[in-house]
Amino acid sequence: MASTLWIGTRKGVFALHPDARRRNWQLAGPQFLGHIIHHVVQDPREPRRLAMAAKTGHLGPTVYVSDDRGRKWREALAPPAFRKAREGENPRAVERVFWLTPGHASEPGVWYAGSAPAGLFRSGDHGDHWEPVAGFNDHPMNPRWAAGQRTPDGELLHSIRVDPRDARHLYLAISVGGVFESTDRGADWAPLNRGVAATFLPDPEAEFGHDPHCVIQHPLQPDRLYQQNHCGSYRLDRPAHRWVRIGERMPKKVGDIGFPIVAHPRDADTVWVLPMDGSSVWPRTAPGGKPAVYVSRNAGRSWRRQDRGLPRTQAWFTVLRQAMCDDGAARLGLYFGTTQGEVWASGDEGGSWRCIARHLPEIYSVTHAS
Amino acid sequence: MNIVRVPSPLRDYTGGGASISARGASVAEILADIERQHQGMRFRMIDEQDRIRPHIRIFVNQREVHTLDEAVGARDEIHLICALSGG
Repeated sequence: MASTLWIGTRKGVFALHPDARRRNWQLAGPQFLGHIIHHVVQDPREPRRLAMAAKTGHLGPTVYVSDDRGRKWREALAPPAFRKAREGENPRAVERVFWLTPGHASEPGVWYAGSAPAGLFRSGDHGDHWEPVAGFNDHPMNPRWAAGQRTPDGELLHSIRVDPRDARHLYLAISVGGVFESTDRGADWAPLNRGVAATFLPDPEAEFGHDPHCVIQHPLQPDRLYQQNHCGSYRLDRPAHRWVRIGERMPKKVGDIGFPIVAHPRDADTVWVLPMDGSSVWPRTAPGGKPAVYVSRNAGRSWRRQDRGLPRTQAWFTVLRQAMCDDGAARLGLYFGTTQGEVWASGDEGGSWRCIARHLPEIYSVTHAS
Repeated sequence: MNIVRVPSPLRDYTGGGASISARGASVAEILADIERQHQGMRFRMIDEQDRIRPHIRIFVNQREVHTLDEAVGARDEIHLICALSGG
């Protein structure tokens, strides 16, 4: 089976191709040198198709699509864009396309995109034409849900999840805004943040306004959600509405702050996080300069450190929310990319790590394509 | 026909051309003609609210324009500029 790691960076997109044993990796690229690449995503319904979220320092945001596994790319004919503002409305414009999610298996050609400022967009033709999802972007509560609380890269809409059992059932997350759910294909939405801390809000039971960094839905057990949040890591087993903090069993010196979270595709109780320093002024680097992955095999009830092969000291990188993934292989491979341009790989579910690429630009996303 | 000077980040749309020709009596009409000839180029410069993007500058001859309804004369030259964006 052909396999590729797509590496989206601040200066272009790269590809890493392994040999059959995933021992040696060949770096290809860059393509789109100098372009800011936030996300590269394969369409599992038609694996030859990919979509890529891009912009440049000067030019507006866009999406590129490929029909041939990334050999050639063409630009969307109508990239994600808000509708024209009416008199008196806040005139929103997409600054960056930040996130891409393929639609449900029953809806070939459908994709979703999330933007900064927070906007939700849908394509019905493999990413060539995009339309705003009015049910979210024009929801009466949208000005409060997406109130313009910016991260350094803007107010980000991400973690769009399509329930594999039901194309109408969607989740999304906003940094900063919270997690939201729709059961009618995006026509209406409701917040889903109970139980999640938001230490930057005065109300400990705020309905929205939280800062989810990454939300995942388990593919085989879609009622199981995990969330890595600005204020800890969480699990939610639907139909419950209250998230359970699962990071409190992490070592206190490490904490449970981070950006990415990855679940084992065949075991909903196994989940990996990559903690960062969220203390004092929020360095957002590996705690103590000693990076480590932590794994839970029991849905977050306990955690084990996985740092064999990683730098033992004085390593101060950050791993962003789209920059960690698995490869779905029988012996699961895990990968993450750092803000310092290194890609790290594990062929044994995190038991040991080695660097498979370095000296790349700042890495924004690492995604696997079969 | 007006001459339009194209900066390097936009030349993927013009087949590498540093200058193109476009017709119009306003900046908006010039941009519409550019879009007809080079699909996708306008949105990289102008957002969905018809505002010039933060790191794009448009000059008519030596005069910078800030809105798209500025008039353009038959012999005016249009300069599309990518301003400094850092890093």
